[in-house]
Amino acid sequence: MKKNRMSVERADLLTLIRQITSEDVVEIPNSTPYGIIVKKENLLSVCDQLHKNSAFYFDILSCITGIDNGPETRTMEVIYHLYSIPFNYSLALKVILPRENPELESVVSIWKSANWLEREVYDMFGIVFKNHPDLRRILMPADWKGYPLRKDYKHEEYYRGVKIEY
Amino acid sequence: MKEQQYIYKEDNLIDSEPNKFKSKELKSEEMIINLGPQHPSTHGVLRLEVLSDGEIIKDVVPHIGYLHRCFEKHAESLPYNQVIPFVDRMDYVAAMNSEHAYAMGVERMLGITEQIPKRVEYIRVLMAEINRIASHLIAVGTYGLDLGAFTPFFWIMRDREHILRLLEWASGARMLYNYIWIGGLFYDLPVGFEQRCREFIKYFKPKVGELEKLLINNKIFIDRTANVGVLPLNLAINSGVTGPMLRGSGLRFDLRRVDGYSVYPELEFEIPIGEGKMGQVGDCWDRTWVRVKEIYESLRIMDQCLDKLEGEHKRTREFDPQAIVPKKIRPKAQELYVRAENPKGELGFYFRADGKSDIPFRCKARACSFVNLSVLPEISRGVLIADLIAILGSIDIVLGEVDR
Repeated sequence: MKKNRMSVERADLLTLIRQITSEDVVEIPNSTPYGIIVKKENLLSVCDQLHKNSAFYFDILSCITGIDNGPETRTMEVIYHLYSIPFNYSLALKVILPRENPELESVVSIWKSANWLEREVYDMFGIVFKNHPDLRRILMPADWKGYPLRKDYKHEEYYRGVKIEY
Repeated sequence: MKEQQYIYKEDNLIDSEPNKFKSKELKSEEMIINLGPQHPSTHGVLRLEVLSDGEIIKDVVPHIGYLHRCFEKHAESLPYNQVIPFVDRMDYVAAMNSEHAYAMGVERMLGITEQIPKRVEYIRVLMAEINRIASHLIAVGTYGLDLGAFTPFFWIMRDREHILRLLEWASGARMLYNYIWIGGLFYDLPVGFEQRCREFIKYFKPKVGELEKLLINNKIFIDRTANVGVLPLNLAINSGVTGPMLRGSGLRFDLRRVDGYSVYPELEFEIPIGEGKMGQVGDCWDRTWVRVKEIYESLRIMDQCLDKLEGEHKRTREFDPQAIVPKKIRPKAQELYVRAENPKGELGFYFRADGKSDIPFRCKARACSFVNLSVLPEISRGVLIADLIAILGSIDIVLGEVDR
C-alpha cells in the first residue's frame, strides 16, 4: 500500500505553523493521517497559509467533523481533513472548543466545500461558524429543537403533533 | 353538519424547511419555483428552490434532509461490525463499495490489513467493481429518463437485473448485501460463480456499445448536454468534488491509483477523463461519457480478478472467509480517516476510537454525493430550467448518501 509522503515533510510543516502562530505545535496522538492541534484564533491564518504555501498546496478540504466529548470533559472538537493533490499529502487539523457557546471562524473564504460541511456541523452540534454566508440547518428541519449528535441530546416528545419515539 | 376537517393554511409546512428567498423581497420579474421533494426523476427526495427570471435561473437552493436517518448517531450505539448494514443503506445502489471502505477503515484501525487473505481481497474488488457497473448503469439510464429517453432506461434495468441476480447468488440480497465484513466476507463465492461472471462480461460488453450508440452519441442527447453545466477545474477542486465529476473536468485523479488500497496496484486499468469532445471540458456530456468509459474499465478489472480467482487463489476446501473476522473489535485509542473510490466520488469515514469499548466514539461518513451536490448552485446560474434537470442528472446523486 502506498504511503503518502507526509512524514517526510513534517519538519517543514511544523516550522511553517510555528512561524504563523509563534507557538509550539501540538500533534494529535495516534492519528492517521498526521494531525496537529490548532488554537481557534489561529485557524484562519493557518488554513490560509496551508492553502497558498507553495510547499504544500492543500487544495482539497475533504471533510469537517464535529465531535462532542461529553458533558464531563466540557470540550467539543472540530476536525478538518485536508488533502494536497500535487504533493499527495494528507493532514488533519483539530480545533478544541469550549462546550458552552462554541464558536469558530468559517473557512468558506478559502475552500468552498466548507459551506455545506460547516452547515452540517452546526446542525448536528450547534457550533456557530462566524462569517458563514448561509448558516442554517441542513439535514434536520428548520424548527427542530436541539442538536442531535451531542452526547446529552434528548429528543422532544412530539414534533408538530407527531410522536417522535415509535 | 360536518366540521371542517382540513383548513388550508398557506404557510403550514413552510416553517420546517423555509425558503431562502421570500416572495416579498424579489424584483418584479423574478419568481420562486419549487421543484418539490417528489418529482419524476429517480434521484430521491430533493427539493430545489429555483429563483428564476422567466425561464433563466438566477439561483438554485437545494433543500435536503428528507431522507436523513442519522447514520452517525446509530453508529455511536452499535459495535463496529453491526454498523455494516447501516453503511449499506447510505448509498444503496453501490452498497458493496461503501462496505468495502468501512471494512478497510476498521481493519486499518485494528492493524489486521496484512493478514487478510488475498482471495478475500480479490473477491472484495470483484464485488466492488460489479457494483460500480450497476451504479454507473443507474446513473446513465436515469439520466436518459430525465431527459426524455425511455429506451435506455429499460435496457439498463434488463442488464442490471443480471448483476443483481449475480450478487444475490453470492450474498443473499439483491441490494443491501451485508457481505463484506470486517476481516473477511460473510460467505465464500458459490461454486460456478466465476463462470457465470465471465458469461455476464461476454454478454454485457456489446450492450455497453449499444448504449453508447443509442444514448451517448445521440444527436439530441449531445444537444441537451454538451456545453451545459460546465464545471471548471479550479471550482471543482475548491468545492471538494471528487469522482467522475472531477475526472470529467479533466483531472486524472482516481483514489484506486492514488492511494493504491486493497489489490488495485496489481490490476491494470485506465482512468478516463473528460476531454471536451462534444463541447467544453467539464460539461454534462463529459461526465456521462467518463461514467460509460469507466464501465469498460470495470469489466477489465473484473476479468483480471476472475483470472486470479480461478488461478492462483483458487477455492479450496479449507478456505474460510471468516477466518480473520475478529470476535471482539476493540481498536486502540486513535483517530483514522479512510477514503475509497465510490462510483460517485470519494467516500470517507472518520473514526474516533477511545480504546475502551467496542462502539465507535464517533463515526462520520464523508458522503460523496453530499459534497458533489453542493456545487449545483455554482454551475447552474444563467441556464434554462430544462438545463437544470440535465445538470442535476449529471451530478449523479443518491439521496440516501446526501442525507445519510
